[in-house]
Amino acid sequence: MSTGTPAPASGGAPAGGTGTTVLGADDVGRALTRIAHEVVERNKGVADVVLLGIPTRGLPLARRLAQRLAQVEGVAERDLVGSLDVTMHRDDLAHHPTRTIGETYVPGDGVDGKVVVLVDDVLYSGRTIRAALDAISDLGRPRAVQLAVLVDRGHRELPIRADYVGKNLPTATAERVRVLLAETDGEDRVVIEGGAR
Amino acid sequence: MRHLLSAADLSPAQAVHVLDTAAQMAATQAREIKKLPTLRGRTVVNLFFEDSTRTRISFETAAKRLSADVINFSAKGSSVSKGESLKDTALTLQAMGADAVVIRHQASGAPHTLAHAGWTSGAVVNAGDGMHQHPTQALLDAYTLRRHLVGDRGTTDTTGRDLAGLHVAIVGDVLHSRVARSNVQLLRTLGARVTLVAPPTLLPVGVHTWPATVSYDLDDALATRPDAVMMLRVQRERMSSAGGGFFPSPLEYTRGYGLDARRLATLPDHAVVLHPGPMNRGLEISADAADSPRAVIVEQVANGVAVRMAVLYLLLAGDGTRTTRTTDETKVPA
Repeated sequence: MSTGTPAPASGGAPAGGTGTTVLGADDVGRALTRIAHEVVERNKGVADVVLLGIPTRGLPLARRLAQRLAQVEGVAERDLVGSLDVTMHRDDLAHHPTRTIGETYVPGDGVDGKVVVLVDDVLYSGRTIRAALDAISDLGRPRAVQLAVLVDRGHRELPIRADYVGKNLPTATAERVRVLLAETDGEDRVVIEGGAR
Repeated sequence: MRHLLSAADLSPAQAVHVLDTAAQMAATQAREIKKLPTLRGRTVVNLFFEDSTRTRISFETAAKRLSADVINFSAKGSSVSKGESLKDTALTLQAMGADAVVIRHQASGAPHTLAHAGWTSGAVVNAGDGMHQHPTQALLDAYTLRRHLVGDRGTTDTTGRDLAGLHVAIVGDVLHSRVARSNVQLLRTLGARVTLVAPPTLLPVGVHTWPATVSYDLDDALATRPDAVMMLRVQRERMSSAGGGFFPSPLEYTRGYGLDARRLATLPDHAVVLHPGPMNRGLEISADAADSPRAVIVEQVANGVAVRMAVLYLLLAGDGTRTTRTTDETKVPA
């Protein structure tokens, strides 16, 4: 279950750009390590676990979790991790410019009977996760689906809850939470921008 | 992209984006459940004034796989046979709320008229107009070529790659072929080199202005070792009488421009053979060539569904005209 500590966060040093840094590189690493151990503990190992990262930034997070799980449990990393594109299942397609479709890849022999752990960067309205649940049901019938996110910023619009949370981050809707990762942005950092903080 | 009317309208980046989207669509078609909810509630009208099997079925399959509602309209058995004009047909479809109109028409430019005359607010997709354009065919040919010839023949990821450096020979009835016109433009956009091979009577006036080289001799063209050979159908329905005076006899055409086992053997090992279909077996392509492992003609049909899914997705899924919501803004890639 979630053991994410509530904000305010460590390391509130002003970032190079705009916004306030709420998680630094070390914090991100520690949060992922803790989530990895929680996944192992809750599922009593990783025998049936498949991590599916939601592009763009859920995918590198899923890969990093898989690395840690592979170290802890001594299994092959690439058998653990895949990606799940949810673009074509979104309910807000008509409200945005056309989105680019990402790749969907499921390791091994599919998701049937497995425990799927969805991995994303920020949990906000919950609509992405709803789309992801639909996308998974098109791939097969997992035994269970769990959700791991680096940041839970609140303001849910659907009855969805994360099983593993890196950090609970109470925010105002006017604010913007940006997760920067080395793989996509050159550095690991979580920043809050905008709003009257 | 508001409409897809001509292959010439696509920029290199747009064309590659369509191919990348098609690759993801193709991946979904390998799943147990092939249907996606993406275009739920949208209506796609297939408006076919000219006979077609594969293009209409392909568009219909693509739209249905994306959960759009499909209305099929063919001129035969409709009010068109009572003399209804394109305008009135279009206004009728608009009144029924068509979000996209896929149109095939015997008159070149009909899709352009439909898109710009204000008769319909939906997206217009050209599914072949006269002897002008057939852009989705060119896209599916480009997708097929990319899968087979780019990135170590399908062993590495081809996402984002164009067709730079490839040499494609387009052989046969170029004069009547909208497929050839669309392909010349799109292949050029994607960086490939095109050689047109046809008897002088089956080349249009002004072909020297096209971005392609022209050869009158198939054996000479094959000796330059093209990476792909695209055979065109001899469109006898567009020729006035038997042969129409375009060539002396079918046998002579086959001798000069037909792809047979002998010519197939002169191709490089990696080369593939394409044909937009329907084939005239024994005329422009022999059974040996059509059924050889190098022929990717059946695969072209499968790729056509993925490419048309991509086109419908890109034209219909996003809608910049509606108010933008800020929910999940953090997820929108920059």
